[in-house]
Amino acid sequence: MYEKPIGLNGGRYAEAESPKPGDPVVGVLIFLASETMFFAGLVTAFLVSRAASLDWPPLGQPRLPVLATAFNSAFLLASGFTMWRALQDRRCDQANFQRWVAVTAGLGAIFLALQGVEWIRLLRFGLKASSGLYGATFYTIVGAHALHVAAAVAVLLLVALRARQRHLADPAWRGVTACAIYWWFVVGLWPILYALVYLS
Amino acid sequence: MAQVAVAHAAEHELGFWRKYVFATDHKVIAKQYLWAALLMALIGGLMAAMFRWQLAWPDASVPGWGPMGPQDYMVMVTMHGTIMVFFVAMPILLGAFGNLVIPLMIGAGDMAFPRLNMASFWVFLVGCVVLLASLVVPGGASPAGWTGYPPLSDKVEFTGSFWGINLWILGLALEFVGFLLGGINFLTTVVTLRTRGMTMWRLPLIVWQEIAAVAIFLLSVGPLVAGAIMLLLDRVAGTAFFLPHRGGDPLLWQHLFWFFGHPEVYVIALPGFGIMQEILPVFARKPTFGYRTIIWCTVVACFLSLIVWAHHMYVSGIDPRLATPFSIATIAISIPFAIMIFAMIATLWRGSISFETPMLFSLGGLVTFLLGGVTGIFLGSDTADIYLHDSYFVVAHFHYTLFPVVFFAGFAGIYYWYPKMFGKLMSETLGRVHFVLTFIFFNAAFIPLFMVGLAGGPRRIYSPMAYDLLKPLQPLHVVATVATIGLVLGQLPFIVNFVMSMLWGEKAAANPWHANTLEWTVDSPPPHGNFAHPPVVTRGPYDYSMPGAKDDWYPQTAPFSGQPQET
Ligand SMILES: [Cu+2]
Repeated sequence: MYEKPIGLNGGRYAEAESPKPGDPVVGVLIFLASETMFFAGLVTAFLVSRAASLDWPPLGQPRLPVLATAFNSAFLLASGFTMWRALQDRRCDQANFQRWVAVTAGLGAIFLALQGVEWIRLLRFGLKASSGLYGATFYTIVGAHALHVAAAVAVLLLVALRARQRHLADPAWRGVTACAIYWWFVVGLWPILYALVYLS
Repeated sequence: MAQVAVAHAAEHELGFWRKYVFATDHKVIAKQYLWAALLMALIGGLMAAMFRWQLAWPDASVPGWGPMGPQDYMVMVTMHGTIMVFFVAMPILLGAFGNLVIPLMIGAGDMAFPRLNMASFWVFLVGCVVLLASLVVPGGASPAGWTGYPPLSDKVEFTGSFWGINLWILGLALEFVGFLLGGINFLTTVVTLRTRGMTMWRLPLIVWQEIAAVAIFLLSVGPLVAGAIMLLLDRVAGTAFFLPHRGGDPLLWQHLFWFFGHPEVYVIALPGFGIMQEILPVFARKPTFGYRTIIWCTVVACFLSLIVWAHHMYVSGIDPRLATPFSIATIAISIPFAIMIFAMIATLWRGSISFETPMLFSLGGLVTFLLGGVTGIFLGSDTADIYLHDSYFVVAHFHYTLFPVVFFAGFAGIYYWYPKMFGKLMSETLGRVHFVLTFIFFNAAFIPLFMVGLAGGPRRIYSPMAYDLLKPLQPLHVVATVATIGLVLGQLPFIVNFVMSMLWGEKAAANPWHANTLEWTVDSPPPHGNFAHPPVVTRGPYDYSMPGAKDDWYPQTAPFSGQPQET
């Protein structure tokens, strides 16, 4: 694996090299381990709260919009595909790449908007964070996920903007890949949270 | 040293702000973390002296504060704990030394993400400011303990502190974000930027310990952040996650807190060990005993650290059937640590030891940590803990584990790497005086607290005169307080040494300790970009006193055959 060296700073390593940049893909994967544990903490709190409650959902509390949210989820899942599609185009066609990234961000924004509408309806029906553990866990988990989607949408818009302004050089694609991985994380997390929160 | 001149040229291109304030150079960020941590340590130490004054001479006026009632006392204890763990220990051991040594020791020019590194420090610094600001808001700072247990921390009605606790949560959250960014950087750097020949099995032990520490930090902090968000929502949005009378569960906080809180001990302890493991072979002129064994012990300890948290909850009303497995896991975790300690002692065995200041502090840390580790076995056993829990025995125990790794190892690291950081040598005489004062006063401050705890003295009581059964323990508190004040004053030689050496100290050579690791192959202080040419590593980091070698050290870049490199 490692061949016999020639000695200190000698021989063929004569020319000075500028410091190497780190690999954003490695960075984002490490970050996602932390994120996973964060959501695991929230899910644990949800499971503990549910187990401690006599009935779930409690009597007299509104039911969650299972079907409407399933419909909404389709937008988010579709964005996972468009993100992949964007990466397919990245080397040969940067204009297409930029378009697909914008579509991905748009689908994420639609998901967020529909979530917002659902929240307003639920609040009108009287499901508040302060009205009990049911509402509290719902708004906390779904809200935490929505904030992650919002942050990821902002990042994707930045990527699209960068790609529009100038041609992305090869090293930048590692950063783009890192953004895509983060996007797939927030997309892939959603079905799990949906099943836990909406279908229980 | 022509290579240095090349790199120096690059350094001059940066302006003042980019070079010293919003710096991306890991060495500057390390110094920024060090300054911030030392300042916070001064604040945290003075707070300890003030609440200790109240314990020794109850209801006497505390110098610089005035009479200290129960509320002030609890605020002081809370802030002391929070500051020392999150705003002193972590910035010294991870922020300062992690940043300083990781790129240098692996032969990299800088961290993987220098701008993220800069953000890490500035987010941390804002966290410091937010935490200190909580001291002056109406209602006062948090008196809810550094663990912030609800229900006490949950509602303003229980403490009178609304913004105080909110800012406490916010300050901690910022600190977590800062070290999250730093941790990602540490790991990515070690994974991707190691120089040619620097295999994982040639990494200096401190680099292993730093990445192990940030790995468990990254894995354990998420649930606590989730808990902190829920606590904040309870306080400001009317939720009731942790309020039992509304269906919530205060034990949930304890689980989330200690799932992080126990690994946090190792987040601090492992880099502290790493510093000692770096220094012991240099001043014993011997290879580290059991290099790979130490690494495997670290890995095992990291895994176990994630499954022992409920030993903080034996008296919290958890199921006794749950207590037993946690008790077993806790006793088990002392095994890898015991092996590491034995390896460190074996490194010293028959070495040609010299007692320079870094070595003195390392040995002091080793000795005091032993007592901390041994007393931890009593507390880890659920049956013994039922008696000892929440007593001063616990206070003495965790100070005996944390003080050695934060301060003994921290000072050892400062004395050891000061020449590399600032390019000057520190005074040996002042260093030795500093060590003797610190060692004596630390032990004098905390041995009495073991006795108070064994006699049944509970912690978090603001006056030993509050209950008749505690009154006989008051003289022990006087001893502890006098020693604490001595401990604080004992830091004066250090401060003098630190400042004077920077101004008038003797200029340091590249390798004043004749050590092997890569940071000693470049100038003191190293130029921007560290290495003019990426070094090539040929051997492990601890080849001291090798048979057949001309000198008793063998730099990691020395060729296989032939003589070690001249410095
Ligand atoms: Cu613990």
